[in-house]
Amino acid sequence: MALKKKPTSAVKLQRKILPYLYLLPAFLVMGAITFYPLIYQVIISFTNFETKHLLLGLNSPELKFVGFKNYIDILTGALPVENFNFFRVLEFNFWWALSNVFLHVPAGVLIAVMLNTEGLWLKKIYRALYILPVVVPPIVVATVWRNIFDEQYGAMNQLLTTISALFGHLDPVHLRWLTEYTPPIPGFLPGAPLTLAYYAMMIANFWLGWPLMSVIATGALQSIPKDLYEAASIDGATGSQQFWGITVPLLRPAMIPAAVYGFTITFNLFGLVFFMTGGGPARSTELLVTFAYNLVRNLRWFGVAAAFAVIIFFVSLVVLLITNRITRATQNYSEA
Amino acid sequence: MINDSPKNSSNPIIRFLNINTSGQTSGRDLPLWRQLLIQVLSLFILFTVLFPIMYIVTLSLSSKTTRPSSLQLIPTEISFIAYKQVLDHPTGNPVSFVELLRNSVGLSVGVGLVALLVAVTAAYAFSRFNFRMREVLMVLVFIPLLMPAVGLSTPLYLLLNNIKVVDCGEGVKAIIPLFTCDGGAKGKLIFNLRDSLLGVGVAITAGALPFAIWNLKGYLDTIPKELEEAAAIDGADSNQTFWKIILPLAAPQLAVTFFIGFIGNWQEFVISWLFLSQPKDYTLAMTLYNMTGQYASSIPWNRFAAMAVIVAMPVAVVYVALQKQIVGGLTTGGVKG
Repeated sequence: MALKKKPTSAVKLQRKILPYLYLLPAFLVMGAITFYPLIYQVIISFTNFETKHLLLGLNSPELKFVGFKNYIDILTGALPVENFNFFRVLEFNFWWALSNVFLHVPAGVLIAVMLNTEGLWLKKIYRALYILPVVVPPIVVATVWRNIFDEQYGAMNQLLTTISALFGHLDPVHLRWLTEYTPPIPGFLPGAPLTLAYYAMMIANFWLGWPLMSVIATGALQSIPKDLYEAASIDGATGSQQFWGITVPLLRPAMIPAAVYGFTITFNLFGLVFFMTGGGPARSTELLVTFAYNLVRNLRWFGVAAAFAVIIFFVSLVVLLITNRITRATQNYSEA
Repeated sequence: MINDSPKNSSNPIIRFLNINTSGQTSGRDLPLWRQLLIQVLSLFILFTVLFPIMYIVTLSLSSKTTRPSSLQLIPTEISFIAYKQVLDHPTGNPVSFVELLRNSVGLSVGVGLVALLVAVTAAYAFSRFNFRMREVLMVLVFIPLLMPAVGLSTPLYLLLNNIKVVDCGEGVKAIIPLFTCDGGAKGKLIFNLRDSLLGVGVAITAGALPFAIWNLKGYLDTIPKELEEAAAIDGADSNQTFWKIILPLAAPQLAVTFFIGFIGNWQEFVISWLFLSQPKDYTLAMTLYNMTGQYASSIPWNRFAAMAVIVAMPVAVVYVALQKQIVGGLTTGGVKG
């Protein structure tokens, strides 16, 4: 760098504006199709925008600015929609994401560790095939699982019938997986009933979710030096001591961001929920995103939908601040 | 994340050398009983992973549209009639499979390429330059990531719905809102940006850009600066550095970012289902949804399954082949930001 010629003023100017030139295309495009719509979203969230205003938009004579009415209606449950309580949906949404990640991460790690066993036959084939759930379109996954949980012909009830027959109960099992509203474990999550549909979705999403965690864990496992295990086994550490003393702490820096990533994905997991239960029964498995889609796609209350999206935005902001803290805290842990 | 220990290296020479020269590899053999135990476990997991997929494949090879009353995983008959029907006449509407395929491919590839082209220069600027407002602009790019696609779809629907081409009669066409027909006549609607694949592409791009910029910036940050400094000493300016050094080095990551976007766009449903109303614009993912009804008994199961296999297959093959790169790409850029 020291050898450089003295820059002329033209070069200096060029260097000053160059970064902005590189940014220009992205900001022009995003300005038109991302930022402007976001601002427009906030504006219409204060109006009673409905289908009849579509033609003239904000210029419609009957379009009224209603202040915070949409927000208040959403938060107090005053929307003319059955079974909608914002805070129940919000609580369920957090619980849904959290309970999924708590299952996916340990399962993914355990399976990755198992497949990392030295000298295991066919491990490459297993690893390649275990990723398949990730690439099946959500609509297909959801339709298959909806069929498995069918109350009449579903494979799950048939399996349960076979199992209960082993214990001497000969009556066929008829669990109404996707339609029963009474929660099987009352009061498990205070304020938000966890219906059978929630457990059915947990099973389906477990199938969908652990493979990615397993792939990430595999990558992290392979970067752990083997010498550590050799040294530990020379010192007489058992397998489980090695697992808790070496594997788990060294996987942590990779798995915490992966868990955070999984949490945000699951929090907004539209496809599986929309296609499998549609948020039912009685909105007990509704997520914020599926309800938002219902508002704009079926009810066509654009004003309310905009207000709902603004609320989702702030919920995501809170989620981000929390997860950021977790990631940062664990970074310090791994550096210490 | 990407494993590069010599033991598992794909380079046969390194593997060979490793086996021969390192006397320190653990010589412990896996005892047979443990091998068998883990094999049984692995096979069981493999079964749980594969059975929904086997179920769909089996259904797709059946000649009956009715739903089987039990979970059949091994096909009892091999009939390609469902595939033939789906390829000949995918929906009840007069739209061919080729058109649906063209819509899906056009949308996925188009959005992927545009997002990549627009994002890469911005990612470069954020990664390599220090300028005023850098932090502010970076936060600005991050903000839309907090809004899920469903959330952004409302204003985009309304804004794109305002852009129309109408026929005012007598061969005069007007682009609304730039021009209107004379005398305020309404005219006949010929094109509505909202109700078109182009409009859907615009809306998906709006959501895809912030991720593409952050993902690429995260990767460019990992390219060592020494190369550029060396180039600068040799007299290359920033533009040359970008085109001749950064872009070629980032090419693998560009491909990965493109493919991650491609998978998402290929399966995209939310925006296309909200925006599009004409069957000729439908994508493959929308067609799949169209085949499922409210009740499982009303689904033409073998055709649905055949369509599902056709839609999932291309993505699955590439994903399995590029698995390491895709997961590495997700974790370098997406998570660490």
